Parts: sequence; structure tokens; C-alpha cells
Amino acid sequence: MSKFNKKKKDMPAVNTASLPDIVFMLLFFFMVTTTMRETEMKIKPPILPEATEIKKLKEKNLVSYIYVGKSTKGIKGDRIQLNDKISSVDDIKNFILAKRESVSQSEVNRLITSIKADVDTEVGTIHDIKEKLRDINALKINYSSRQVDRK
Amino acid sequence: MARREIPEINAGSMADIAFLLLIFFLVTTTMEKDTGISRKLPEKQPIDQKPPVLKDKNVFIVMLNRTGEILVEDKDYMKVGEIKDAAVKFLDNGGGKGKNNEECTYCKGAKDPESSDHPNKAVISLGSARGTSYGDYIAVQNELVAAYNELRDRESTRINGISFKELKERYDDENNSKAKKGSLKEKINKIKEMYPMILSEQEPLK
Repeated sequence: MSKFNKKKKDMPAVNTASLPDIVFMLLFFFMVTTTMRETEMKIKPPILPEATEIKKLKEKNLVSYIYVGKSTKGIKGDRIQLNDKISSVDDIKNFILAKRESVSQSEVNRLITSIKADVDTEVGTIHDIKEKLRDINALKINYSSRQVDRK
Repeated sequence: MARREIPEINAGSMADIAFLLLIFFLVTTTMEKDTGISRKLPEKQPIDQKPPVLKDKNVFIVMLNRTGEILVEDKDYMKVGEIKDAAVKFLDNGGGKGKNNEECTYCKGAKDPESSDHPNKAVISLGSARGTSYGDYIAVQNELVAAYNELRDRESTRINGISFKELKERYDDENNSKAKKGSLKEKINKIKEMYPMILSEQEPLK
């Protein structure tokens, strides 16, 4: 009988000593990949349009962002945000010129302006922005949009 | 005196702490992908510059009004989904002679004398009202860019065996040698020359 009783041992506990290591590994992965949003949104975060023929922007340090959307305070019309303040179209010139100062001479003609505009923005506003960009010869633009698959 | 052993620090809660941090970073992480339709704006022209004279048949006019209705060539109302095929038909027509007085040998279009002469002469013009919503505007632009991409893909597959998109992806691949990059760039430019993207965005009407 005693032979059978021996088998009734407790199951050995699973060794969880390496669990922290695994979790830390994941933790470091996310810590490294996390990019905190650089600019705080002063306008309603724009809902980007959808598109299929998109291009990825790779060199993020060469991209200047222009946000266009509605005011959070319910003021009518489209608001433009550059860096972290609401601006007018006339500020775009200085905004782009400042960006040009911050990169090296050889990279100036690779600068891209990404227009992150809400779907409900008026085309007129976008056109005003484009005209300002043309004035200072910042011709490469990217209409920021979400990638969807062609139906 | 019996030597007491140093008690081990209980590391059991380490996992909990790490999990807490992990969850914090998981939640705050936004894998932001920066994607969009890339376009190049035309250079500013001097005020006294006369606009180039284009034949009507070489211009494909898409008008978009503030309610999102689309008028093509001043006669057809279209839905967004129909624009691409119409644009492809127009671009690929090849009904006459191109810039260097040569015919379009690679065009597979109808060769209608009433439509565009050659892809390098064909201009797509997108007009809109100021009050048009940006979403509609991008939807139409997307279709027009898609038309160019479709034709470029077709020619690239015929000449290089791979699509234009893949060609560009290979060019962007950083592991390439300089020489390979050069030859890829050449191929890309050749395709771009066959179907140059001449997409003009008109000044919006009031």
C-alpha cells in the first residue's frame, strides 16, 4: 500500500523566477519604441481622410507638420496649428524657414511638409496653405491620410 | 551561537511591478505611422508668365463641388469609384503624337482622336470650390493618383517583370549597393517618363 501512497506527492510548482525577466524584456521593448507625442493638440485632433495610394514618410526629422482642424472652443472656421500653438496662414512662412535652419544644408531640398487636416476642412484653407508653401518654395507636400485597402 | 542565514529578498512582486510598468507603456504607445499622398506643388510662376496653351482634348477636367458631386469633362457626373477608370482611359488613349513628335507605342487605349494625344501631353486638372470638404478632395486625388499608378504598374511589369510599387520598394531598401540603386533609379525614371504625373490642382472657386 505504501507504494501507492508515495505517488500522491504534490505537483511541483512552476518556477516563475524568470517571469520578471520576460516581462522586463517586453517592458524595454515598449519603452524603446514609445514615442511620446511631441506636440500637444490645441485643436480638435484631426480625423484624417482615407486613401489607398499612400507613401510612408520615413525620415521623420525632415518632416514639418501642419495640423488643420476645428477649434476646441467651438469657434467657426478651420484652425491651423504649427508646433504647439494655433497660428494663422501667415505664420507658415516662418515655421518652414525655422525648420530649414534646423537641418543641414544638404537636406533642405528633402524637407517634406505633411498636412494633417481633418476630413471636414475646407479645401480653401488647404489651398491657402499650399500657396504660402509655394511662396517659399517648399514644394514637397504630403496629404496625411490613413491607409485602407482598395475595395 | 548558530549562524543565522541571511533571509532571501522576496522577488515575487518584481513581476507585478514590471507588469505595471509594461501596461503603462503598452497603453501610452502609439505606433504612429506617417502615411499620406505625396504630391509636389508647382513652382511659383512670375505674374506676367502666360499659361501654356493646351488643347482641350489633352486636358481631363475633374470638378468637385461643395456637396461632393463630381463633374468630369463638363458633361459626366461620376461617383468616386468611376474616376480611376475614366482617367486611365484618358491617359492611355495615345491618339496622336507626343512631345517629341512620336506616337505612344506602349499605350493600350482606344486611340480616339478626340481624346489625349500622348501620356506626356495629357494633363489632369482637378478643380474644386473653396467650400469642398477635404475628405472628398483627397478621395478624388487618391483615385487620380491610382490611375497613374495603375498604368505605371502595368508598364513596369511588362518591362521589368515587377510592379512599379515593388520597384520603388526595392529602391528604398537600404541594403542595396550604390550601383544597384543607380540602375533601379534609372528604371523608375523611365517608367515615370512614360506616364508622367501631370496633375494640376486648380485654384478653388469662391
